[in-house]
Amino acid sequence: MTVPRGAGPGAGRETIHLPGAFVDPAQDAARPPGAGDLTADLLEYPVWTDAVVAAAGIPVVDVALVTLGGGIGSLALVDILRIAGVSRDKLRVLSALDKPWDTYKYLTIVSQIPDGERLRSDSSGCPDNIWGFPAYALREAFGERRPTRFLAPLWQVLTEPILTDYYTPKAGQVFGALQGEADRIGWWSLVDKGQVRMVRKRHGGGYFTILTPPAGTAATKRVAYRSSYVHVAVGYPGLRFLADLQEYRQRHKDYTRVVNAYEPHEHVYEELQRQPGTVIVRGGGIVASRILQRLIDDRDTKGSKTTIVHLLRTYVGGSHGPSRFMRRRGGDGWAYQGFNWPKATWGGQLKYRLEKLEGDQRKALFEVMGGTNTPRRKLWQQQLARGRREGWYKVQVGTVTEVLPGPGRAVTTKVKTAEGTLELAANFIVDATGLEADIREHRLLADLLEFGGAGTNPLGRLDVERTFEVRGTRSEPGRLYASGSATLGGYYAGVDSFLGLQYAALAICDDLARTGFCDRIGVARSISQWWAWVLNRKLP
Amino acid sequence: MTPTYLGRIQTRFFLLAVVGGLWTLAITPLLPGGGALGDRYQATFTALAVVFVVGIGWEALYHFLQQFRWEKDWPILFGLLEGVPEGIVAWLVLRSGVVAGDPAVDGAAFAIHFGTTWLVTWLFVIGPMRVPFLRWRFRGGRLI
Repeated sequence: MTVPRGAGPGAGRETIHLPGAFVDPAQDAARPPGAGDLTADLLEYPVWTDAVVAAAGIPVVDVALVTLGGGIGSLALVDILRIAGVSRDKLRVLSALDKPWDTYKYLTIVSQIPDGERLRSDSSGCPDNIWGFPAYALREAFGERRPTRFLAPLWQVLTEPILTDYYTPKAGQVFGALQGEADRIGWWSLVDKGQVRMVRKRHGGGYFTILTPPAGTAATKRVAYRSSYVHVAVGYPGLRFLADLQEYRQRHKDYTRVVNAYEPHEHVYEELQRQPGTVIVRGGGIVASRILQRLIDDRDTKGSKTTIVHLLRTYVGGSHGPSRFMRRRGGDGWAYQGFNWPKATWGGQLKYRLEKLEGDQRKALFEVMGGTNTPRRKLWQQQLARGRREGWYKVQVGTVTEVLPGPGRAVTTKVKTAEGTLELAANFIVDATGLEADIREHRLLADLLEFGGAGTNPLGRLDVERTFEVRGTRSEPGRLYASGSATLGGYYAGVDSFLGLQYAALAICDDLARTGFCDRIGVARSISQWWAWVLNRKLP
Repeated sequence: MTPTYLGRIQTRFFLLAVVGGLWTLAITPLLPGGGALGDRYQATFTALAVVFVVGIGWEALYHFLQQFRWEKDWPILFGLLEGVPEGIVAWLVLRSGVVAGDPAVDGAAFAIHFGTTWLVTWLFVIGPMRVPFLRWRFRGGRLI
């Protein structure tokens, strides 16, 4: 898979654009009016009439609902709508991706989760199965032949997280399952390839969505989709570097010594296998855990003689939290949590609590429950304990003031610590902080904020209702919904997770049922459709 | 599972009334102890009712303990192990004579009935429950 790199040196900022989110500015070069391109009028008007679109020469495709993005968020919605009985002719998926899991797979691979490694996701968070049953642990067990391997996932899911770590599925299992469900619901016939440029309200109700198909595949540069309903699931706008590392890379044009965990950086591990070296890993989250595991696995299996300096801004020494009833486990620098939010935010008492909060109160609860954290996995505990004992892994706490080229082929990091300023030399620095870019860096989201009436929530992302309708964008009788990472900070915490995408899809499906677009999935339909899933019966 | 208190009560009611009820209908004639079938059904269904009523208190205790868990979850292993104290207390209640009708209770019959019902309802709630009730897992176990 080729991955577009960020804006590059001199662009003022550096964002790792992900597959599907990337827009080539050259594609937007000027064209004569009437040639099927955006006109000045279209760019300027927040509400479009059919006549203005026609005057621009942009062909119009009529469809009831479009989902934009075409990733796992879109798949989750299309899956549930198809199960609710919505026919194919009412749905289109506008996507730059070949497969819904392309972006996700890219992120897992670069952050050191190949197909055989395990994700950080609950057994019953199954984006290929709206019921979460049979969950991944059960399916994994029945995919095994040896009795011990049959029992292992079942034992783990039975005793998690008391006697064992939380069960989590292997990446490859999820991708395979997604492929199966996409085939079953007829996903591939619904996809129109291209870059989504904007969504604007339509005079008279509903929306226009402008798609830029790949050059040479359409008669005009743009195609407009006229729909009552729009679903925006475009994923991360991009991932950012830490400011000091970004400055170093731009000033010294060094893109090999200082890398982000979310960009391809295999050369780091390869060089460390050839010669001993020091790596600084920055960040205290799951991605840092994975990078550390890879470095230590390479020490153990490939003979690397790597020294690891784990640089943290804050050191978590033990349990922490505002009260006896809200204390999270921690230690050795890390805050420990099974998943990226406490489990009950997906469907328990914390979900109900969050749903009632607005503004600063909601933000405050997000801060308590979130922050940087990682699961407490036995393997990682053992590896790091061994590293500390043998002296090749140490934690350094402090704030980075500057990153400079060092002697030889090293990079020097100046760190302000409680004991004064330190200079750390390293062969490589891996930024595993996983900062996400501002949603305005995504052109479609920026346009929605500027022209569509959308606003931001207490965390600065897209403000959505409890139904995942984007507040302020209603174009009666149409509705515009959003799900996924862009909506973090709303009434539901786990939006950026498999189960969260499924929850959003269910909430949207129920809301659409209230408008009369589809039937609400009741007990009988749920059971009959589950049976169809079990039999892998293709949906009509 | 990540139940709320109301979700716990509703789920318990559904499990005992429907899943446990069907299981009890099927298994009662096979239980040891003898006696008229009507009396045996009275004994087993009374046991189910006792487990539900006493369970309202048990759930309050579990829910209190859950507050000490950061994740506010209730691991499925707990759900299985709860059966041990609950079975003992239900047995003591049935033996105490406080239950109306004072059904004749056979020890072995109770152990088999309670043990298998607990296992069947637990197996149902950790997976198949989500098939008819799509929204149940997002609502803290609430059905209505």
